[in-house]
Amino acid sequence: MEKKTKRICSVCAAAALLVLLILSYTATGTTSMLRSVLQLGAIYALAACSMNLLNGFTGLFSLGQAGFMAVGAYTFAVLTIPVNKKANVYYLYGVADGLKNLALPSWLGLIIAGLMAAAFAALIGAAVLRLKSDYFAIATLGFAEIVRICVASSPLARVTNGSLGLKNIPGFTDLGFIPAYFVPFIVVTVCLVVMFLLIDCSFGRAFKAIREDEIAAEAMGINLAKHKTLSFVISSFFAGIAGALLAMYLGAVQSTTFPLMLTYNILLIVVIGGMGSMTGSIIAAFLVIAAKEWWLRVLDVETYIGSFHVPFLRTGFRMVVFSIVLMVVVLFWRQGIMGQKEFSWDGIYNRIKSLKTRKKGANIEKANAGGGVNE
Amino acid sequence: MTNFLQYCLAGLSIGSIYALIAIGYTMVYGILRLINFAHGDIFMMAAYFMIFAMVDYAIPWYVSIVLVILVTIVLGVIIEKLAYKPLRTAPRMSIMISAIGVSYLLQNLATYLFSALPKQYPSIPMLNKTLHFGEVSTSLVTVLTPIVCIICVVALLALVKYTKVGMAMRAVSKDFDTAQLMGIQINNIISLTFVIGCGLAAVGSMLYFTPRPSVFPLAGSLPGLKCFIAAVFGGIGSIPGAVVGGLVVGVCETFMKAVGLSEFSDVFTFVLLVIVLMFKPTGLFGEKISEKV
Repeated sequence: MEKKTKRICSVCAAAALLVLLILSYTATGTTSMLRSVLQLGAIYALAACSMNLLNGFTGLFSLGQAGFMAVGAYTFAVLTIPVNKKANVYYLYGVADGLKNLALPSWLGLIIAGLMAAAFAALIGAAVLRLKSDYFAIATLGFAEIVRICVASSPLARVTNGSLGLKNIPGFTDLGFIPAYFVPFIVVTVCLVVMFLLIDCSFGRAFKAIREDEIAAEAMGINLAKHKTLSFVISSFFAGIAGALLAMYLGAVQSTTFPLMLTYNILLIVVIGGMGSMTGSIIAAFLVIAAKEWWLRVLDVETYIGSFHVPFLRTGFRMVVFSIVLMVVVLFWRQGIMGQKEFSWDGIYNRIKSLKTRKKGANIEKANAGGGVNE
Repeated sequence: MTNFLQYCLAGLSIGSIYALIAIGYTMVYGILRLINFAHGDIFMMAAYFMIFAMVDYAIPWYVSIVLVILVTIVLGVIIEKLAYKPLRTAPRMSIMISAIGVSYLLQNLATYLFSALPKQYPSIPMLNKTLHFGEVSTSLVTVLTPIVCIICVVALLALVKYTKVGMAMRAVSKDFDTAQLMGIQINNIISLTFVIGCGLAAVGSMLYFTPRPSVFPLAGSLPGLKCFIAAVFGGIGSIPGAVVGGLVVGVCETFMKAVGLSEFSDVFTFVLLVIVLMFKPTGLFGEKISEKV
């Protein structure tokens, strides 16, 4: 495929996506399920990509995602709750003196939330990045639990409001002529573009080299400590932003908003999308969130067809079906939707071509066997 | 002084329970090199089985105990056969993700079957009897727990050290492939590991929940993590290590609570993990594994 055609295709696809997004805004009411699923999907896509950067691209199996999201969400909430609503939020413990008159604009809050998560990552990264695979997973998981316990603890009550959590967090607001609905998509797109650029440059290649073989990578002159720390910090930065967006979306955060289950959810999105594929993670995030929050909701409601009581359907069945699907993916379809490959026009083109040749019954099918989705 | 003894006893008791569960982690890790994330949830399921047996079917407690241990073992072996066996040749990350998937499934299944509301754990009247030693008063189960733990551990150590099966287990944990070449039925040994691990988890679950009021679907996740930390602390793969680790974690946690830092007792456990991993990654009794290029 020529470069020019590819570019035209990309522009068309981007335009189509944009039109669809605008349609989802104009054609639906404010309470529409589609809207919230798309917004939440975008936030999870960012969280999943940030986890993928670490787990899929650098090969560091981290389970601390929920912790970094909590850091981001709490930082954002503490800094941006409007001054006149602070008394209402901190009614039990009172607000820390330094925060009394502090209310930053949302965009600044988002950036600081990311930076805060990154700072935490740099701090603990120095210690935990020396650990090998499983131990690293457990140590990061431990970090996430520590964060969760600390934000709910009494010494921090005047900042994080203890186990009551924070509410009245400013939501998405209109950005000039752009309606508030589009704000999360814009933020997520910017973050994703940055991540894509990062993967394509020398850092991304170094990350992949570390994933494939640490010792060989070191022999090729890649500074292991530096690149691992970098990957960890960048991943946490975006996880922090995803956490802050989640806080904006929800309007309230508690320590129970970021349980281990959240990390598992994100991990399973990454696995379904394919470890080591950003586009896979994005697709999977929207699919999983739509299935979980919307399409599979029917399973939670007791249903009668005529007078026949459909068995099994009651609260909680949705999650059981969901987890069984995930187990099936993990066991039988390990590479996920995209494997380690990214979406590309060449891949689509080759696939269509191989389909055509198959129809003709030609024997040249084998020649295209290497086709499919290319990197 | 009385208080101190009381705390010691409580710490020893909870520590022994942690030790029982930690053995399950350490044995599975020793043989499969897998953190069995589902182990804490198996522990939670055992508690629900007990509720089922004693409350819903009104089976007498001495029969229930045996039944619950058997059912938990069956559950563990089924999990191993369905979720871990197909991935034996897969990269380690896949099998770890599978373990996380099982944990996720068990938690959701428990929420579906038994609802998210806490359920009361059936009390065995005999176990909750209060005992008095001088000024220290405690319930029978608190005293019984360390004893049960010691019996289990001694039996297990004897099994591993003196029987043929035990020898096979040690061989498999040393070198998976070579053990296979020597004619050891790997799959049987792995199943046996899960049988022992889950049996101990069921025993631990009964001892853990008897003095506690209720069971809920996420009840197993935090104790599970702590027990894994105990196993790492003692040196993963080593049974005495798991026992020592469990006791240390249990006693430290109890004393943290005693000095009024109960909020941070779990934080302490995780900090302990990081410190141990930084200074002695193989744990107290772990063997050093050299890395092959």
